[in-house]
Amino acid sequence: MRRGYELLGGYAERAGIPVERTGALLVAWTGEELAALDGLADKAARNGCRECEVVGADEVYRQVPALGPGALGGLTVPGESIICPWTTTLAFATEALARGAAVLLNTRVDGVRRDGDGGGDGDGETVLLTNRGPLRARWVVNAAGLGSDAVDRLFGHERYTVTPRRGELLVFDKMAGPLANRIVLPVPGSRGKGVLISPTIYGNVMLGPTAEDLRDRADTSTSEEGFAFLVDKGLALMPALMREEVTASYAGLRAATEHGDYQVHLDTARRYLVLGGIRSTGLTASMALAEHAAELLAEAGLLTSVRGDVPEPPRMPNIGEAFPRPYMCDDLIAGDPAYGTVVCFCERVTAGEIRDALASPLPPADLDGLRRRTRAMMGRCQGFFCGAEIAGRLARVEGS
Amino acid sequence: MRLTTDVAVVGGGPSGLTAAAGLAAAGLRVLVLDREREAGGIPRHSPHTGYGLRDLRTVMTGPAYARLLANRALEAGARVRTSAMVTGWASATGGDGAGGEGAHALDVTTPEGRLRVDARAVVLATGARERPRAARMVPGDRPPGVLTTGQLQNVVHLHHGSVGTRAVVVGAEPVSWSAALTLRAAGCRTVLMTTEHARAESYAAFSVPGRAVLRVPVATVTRVVRINGRDAVESVEVEDLRTGERRTVPCDTVVFTGGWIPDNELARAAGLAIDPGSRSPVVDNTLATSRPGVFAVGNLVHPVDTADVAALDGRHVVRHVLAYLAAASPAASRTVDRPAGRDLPDAARPSGGATSSGTRTGGEHGDAGGGETGGMFAGAIPLRAEAPFRWVSPGLVRPGAGAPPRHRILLWADEHRAVARVVVAQDGREIARRVLPWPVSPGRVFRVPSSLLSGADPRGGPIVISLG
Repeated sequence: MRRGYELLGGYAERAGIPVERTGALLVAWTGEELAALDGLADKAARNGCRECEVVGADEVYRQVPALGPGALGGLTVPGESIICPWTTTLAFATEALARGAAVLLNTRVDGVRRDGDGGGDGDGETVLLTNRGPLRARWVVNAAGLGSDAVDRLFGHERYTVTPRRGELLVFDKMAGPLANRIVLPVPGSRGKGVLISPTIYGNVMLGPTAEDLRDRADTSTSEEGFAFLVDKGLALMPALMREEVTASYAGLRAATEHGDYQVHLDTARRYLVLGGIRSTGLTASMALAEHAAELLAEAGLLTSVRGDVPEPPRMPNIGEAFPRPYMCDDLIAGDPAYGTVVCFCERVTAGEIRDALASPLPPADLDGLRRRTRAMMGRCQGFFCGAEIAGRLARVEGS
Repeated sequence: MRLTTDVAVVGGGPSGLTAAAGLAAAGLRVLVLDREREAGGIPRHSPHTGYGLRDLRTVMTGPAYARLLANRALEAGARVRTSAMVTGWASATGGDGAGGEGAHALDVTTPEGRLRVDARAVVLATGARERPRAARMVPGDRPPGVLTTGQLQNVVHLHHGSVGTRAVVVGAEPVSWSAALTLRAAGCRTVLMTTEHARAESYAAFSVPGRAVLRVPVATVTRVVRINGRDAVESVEVEDLRTGERRTVPCDTVVFTGGWIPDNELARAAGLAIDPGSRSPVVDNTLATSRPGVFAVGNLVHPVDTADVAALDGRHVVRHVLAYLAAASPAASRTVDRPAGRDLPDAARPSGGATSSGTRTGGEHGDAGGGETGGMFAGAIPLRAEAPFRWVSPGLVRPGAGAPPRHRILLWADEHRAVARVVVAQDGREIARRVLPWPVSPGRVFRVPSSLLSGADPRGGPIVISLG
């Protein structure tokens, strides 16, 4: 995790992925939680994080004045950051593409066959049977997230089962931003489910998540129970936040398994590697995990040399609030008036950014993709003013 | 690039354009900033007729009305800049005090570059929008095909796009019927309209074609509790709030209507006092906000009344902006008579009045104007409304400053009352009681003649409006 944090921090800087070091504050609301803070501070120090500090209630309220009554104390975590999850994965994909990888979307693996199994004289390559036809590969890395256990079974293993754990979140209007300038965390291990309040990289405030095990791996719907739980928690944690407008609610599924650790298994003979059971820590860990995977593959003989001609990481458009965005940049607008043409008013997304996203190496396949690349329609009006305009721009590109 | 103007008007809808036309006609330099490609505001995409009744004494379609108001502002000499998005307040550098050059400064993004606009006064006319699904916290799947009326009308009337074939409309207010008409124009049938209220709130004139022509079934005391369909809307689940019974209604489109909220980002960024009921900037009868030189008009301050009523706010604010600027720079050659109060108590109060200075500040929101509030609203009497009213506009009346726009106090109710017995009281004393010839109805503004306030003591406490 620590290695991942360092790698991702450096990469984010090079690729222009928005990151903000907001810091975090663990808040104790019960005597039990308060008593646990010293132990957590010691544990953090043992893990090399020496800046954490146990603070009293006065300091808790000085740091986050909007907190509801009843906080007893806290633990500061100055190194905590927030990052743009969409730009990060898009940067990885864009870089993979630039290095020569092919990205096949809407391609589902339904079966696995070893070439030559049918009695022929294949060289032992793996054939992935997909909804878009067979794919041959010398090595297969299974990083299929919620479906990784199913793919692992196709390779003949019974090692783990993914149980989708739904987390529902409420995202509040940017005008709530001043209420939470850092991440407010529950004390881990405490009884009763804790939720966090966090600034988002886009300037909003987020409340959540819930944690609920599901069966359906595609069920990202939100629920009445989830909302009621979050409202209840929010009213206690930060009553002023609940008077602000909700601009979005969503649910994500974590790939939880029966094991505490990530499922990383190498099968040299089968030329197969699985990276599964990666839960909510996955984004932070991603680059360290990739590094580890590359080492395993090198030991197994896949990688013999490193190319000298790898391209630089892509420079991603900034959609974070803490950095200059095109609508603020005189020189950019002077060079191209499209960057001064605001089409999504709430999020201040310009025509130039929409055009760039539609022309990017991995262009959005639909409106949701465009939203995640640019923030268009993600704001408080949810398309009341700009929805038709933005859908029109997407349709014109698709039609051409 | 820097621009200097006497008055910056933010928002080029009916109220902003009407204010701009009046202010320019009075000889002021006026700059209207509108973020859309064309000025005119919401009426641009509302093709039915009925616009202009109260302000122009004629009726026309929304787009015709929008063009007419924009042309009038231009003809009066106002500058109207479109695709001009005001992104915030710049720190003002005006050296010559309140009302002087550079007393207020705005940051603006345009395709021609960023502007900094310095203005002696600012009129906020940023309007209102409908709360989308997210703000109403309706759970379920999140497919496309879930819209607000604003987006629907944009799609159909401005972009000539299509929607589905079976729609559920959430709400049964005037705007909801407007949504049903738009859906029909787009070839989409409204299979159900839902309202949490006991009856469909609508103007009689609208509900007749609504029920007879559109044949839309309305489910009252009903709310939408879930949206189903992963890639496209397949159905909604509705609950009868009386029985708790739930049923599934197949549809491919959901339109959330009404549920108005003002576009108050600039107002809040300025630290203006905000009304907790409407989330609008608090204004007095002159449409002045808690910050000297900043006025607010239209549906930003009463979300929402009809476009012509918004436009008449724009007309109303003109003389008050002129009076403010004349008072702010006494050396100026323009002299403006202080408007005489007609139906409000006229007695002057010493400025910086000692008693409860009547600031209905943001209160629990904590983003009230603070120190400025007392100064600007000193001497004004707060107006309060009791349930079933959610808000009242204006939020204060300043004795001696004349009547509010159209001599009306505007209120928003959460419940229907067939007979409106209005009671006005101050300091425990009833000062007026009248049965008004129109009902109290959720989903539209309830208007009370401001003459009912004429018995108020200009030195007294808050004036309370309730239903008897």
